[in-house]
Amino acid sequence: MTGILRLLTARRGAGRLHWTDWATYAYLGLAVLLMFGPVLWLVLSSFKTPAALLEFPPSFLPMTQKEVRVEGYPQPLPLFSVTMEDGSTRELAQVRRVGLIAQMVDPKAPGTTVRVAADKRQPVREMAFAVSNYTEPLAKYDFLRFLENSLFVTLIATAITLVINSMAAYALSIYEFKGKTLAMLAVIGTLMIPITIVLVPVYLVVTEMGLVNSLWAVILPGAATPTGVFLLRQYMLTIPRDLIEAARMDKASEWRIYARIVMPLSAPALAVLTIFSIMWRWNDFLWPLAVLTKSEVQTLQIGLNAFQGELQTQWHYLLAMTVVTLTPVAIVFAFLQRFIATGIANTGMK
Amino acid sequence: MAGLELKAVRKDFGPVSVIKGVDLSIADGELVVFVGPSGCGKSTLLRMIAGLETVSDGAIRIEGADVTHMPASDRGLAMVFQSYALYPHMSVYANMAFALENMGVAKPEIAKRVQRAAAMLRLTDYLDRKPGALSGGQRQRVAIGRAIVRDPKIFLFDEPLSNLDAELRVATRKELAALHAEIGGTMIYVTHDQVEAMTLADRIVVLNGGRIEQVGAPLDLYNRPDNLFVAGFIGSPRMNLLPATMDASGALLLAGRALAGAPRGLAPAGERLTLGVRPEHVEACAEAEADLVAQVDLVERLGGETFVYGAAPGDLALTIRLDGQTAVARRESLPVRFSRSHLHVFDQTGQARRPDIPARS
Repeated sequence: MTGILRLLTARRGAGRLHWTDWATYAYLGLAVLLMFGPVLWLVLSSFKTPAALLEFPPSFLPMTQKEVRVEGYPQPLPLFSVTMEDGSTRELAQVRRVGLIAQMVDPKAPGTTVRVAADKRQPVREMAFAVSNYTEPLAKYDFLRFLENSLFVTLIATAITLVINSMAAYALSIYEFKGKTLAMLAVIGTLMIPITIVLVPVYLVVTEMGLVNSLWAVILPGAATPTGVFLLRQYMLTIPRDLIEAARMDKASEWRIYARIVMPLSAPALAVLTIFSIMWRWNDFLWPLAVLTKSEVQTLQIGLNAFQGELQTQWHYLLAMTVVTLTPVAIVFAFLQRFIATGIANTGMK
Repeated sequence: MAGLELKAVRKDFGPVSVIKGVDLSIADGELVVFVGPSGCGKSTLLRMIAGLETVSDGAIRIEGADVTHMPASDRGLAMVFQSYALYPHMSVYANMAFALENMGVAKPEIAKRVQRAAAMLRLTDYLDRKPGALSGGQRQRVAIGRAIVRDPKIFLFDEPLSNLDAELRVATRKELAALHAEIGGTMIYVTHDQVEAMTLADRIVVLNGGRIEQVGAPLDLYNRPDNLFVAGFIGSPRMNLLPATMDASGALLLAGRALAGAPRGLAPAGERLTLGVRPEHVEACAEAEADLVAQVDLVERLGGETFVYGAAPGDLALTIRLDGQTAVARRESLPVRFSRSHLHVFDQTGQARRPDIPARS
């Protein structure tokens, strides 16, 4: 905690703030605003009611008009702060409004109604979190199912990606064989083919295999990523050959060299690939949209799309579920971020 | 029991021939040192024995069995690498136990063997550490420990001391000698350092340009080098090599003067020869009985001995080792005489000529 405080109040030299300190903090503050502003706005907006979302001017915090229950009226009534003719202000609940005149009642004295000019009253606002934005889609639209599907796809696909890519990288970095460079070029060459081009052929293959509307249709086609193979191969090339040879002298089988020597030593690169794979799979949209048509197999990203109708967009649900979608990736980043910096520095990947 | 046998072993990298036919037989329990200048193929030859390099031609036999095309892991050899090649993510214990685990040795037996090797190498306190937390000398001992726990048929050492500082190198050299005396075992040791070769070896194999120049006990190589290369390579400072010739009477001529008492008739008259004499076999003497008079260029006083570098008329460079401390100074002239029983004569092709090796006609 003191470490964070010291970091946040760090300055040049020990004395008064130098002008470079001001400039640095202004620059950093702007950067924080640019990066976290939209996220914060999203999170706060996700707690707003549909009415508050459409309000102009927009408020930063989720505010709603306060409502009170008044004896003798079945519905809760909106509360206003009214400037009376004698100049005093009172809090009155509005019963109804006709033209420029509003009929109002004092919640403390429900017997008598007061007639007030409409422009003399200001709504009383309070902060309120519309938690229903979260609970309703989770219950009504089976968002938990989408979350489960997304988690399954992400975890299984990442595990398969790591195993397949590391084995391919092991072969392409440790072994010497004819056509090795050609194989590597072929792998890298596939990087230049965008998914939109292979979408239809892959769809046909997946259909032939009867995988449509199965989560495996999302997991399998992208399991071997050229980026991952390339990244891991480059990293494994930096492992000293002596270690592999020492392991061979130590009577280790190729499987044991792979599992006990090369994999642990490739941990930074594997961490980077894990993070990238999780992000790719979690944010994947186009391909799942093509092969997952039934709602029980859809992933979060497809589910989010459902809120965006042709005529109407349910912004409050969309925002809330976007937060739900973002959170796991943010947590993964928080835990693995120390690997990202070293891993990216070591592998040269951005 | 034959430890290791190499039969006309060759190694070609494309058109480049690195090992040009090596025949060698190493007995069980012997410590053999491969020595030679860098690029002579000594490390390649060791890696071929280990199975880390393929053999282009010829055969390798270990304990009589042909292993020429056997993978390294099946040969039952252990190797200590120049870079140590310790697994950086494993503790010292795991490093030493790795091979035994691969061999399927039972856990208690692994623990026993690792503990024994650790005690022998003074590593018991460091078994839980990672190699990164060890000093250079300790890493070196772990690498050796990793080899000895396996009880291999042959130990292979690839320049194991070259990453250590001078003091540690001397200490580790002594430990290795003691270790060999203690555990026995056939060892092949590659180095470019002739002091290591002289002090450790039962037999030295001098390699040059992919060929064996000479094989023999250290002092044999020192006293009876077969050729100019071995004569120049073994011994420090280098042997003095001076141009000489034979006159018609069979006497050895040096700088135009016959060397009385030198071996006679080693070559046909007029053949250009090289006379070799080690610095310690050159003695200061009275001017009357001198073979050469050297002009002193440099004097190195080491206390117990003094090295004098000089030149005799005719541009003959001379290194002279004198016992103890002397007053010889730069620019003085020093009359010297060669010990007659320690002269080496080499012919034009660089081969040694000795009375017991008749001149080729």
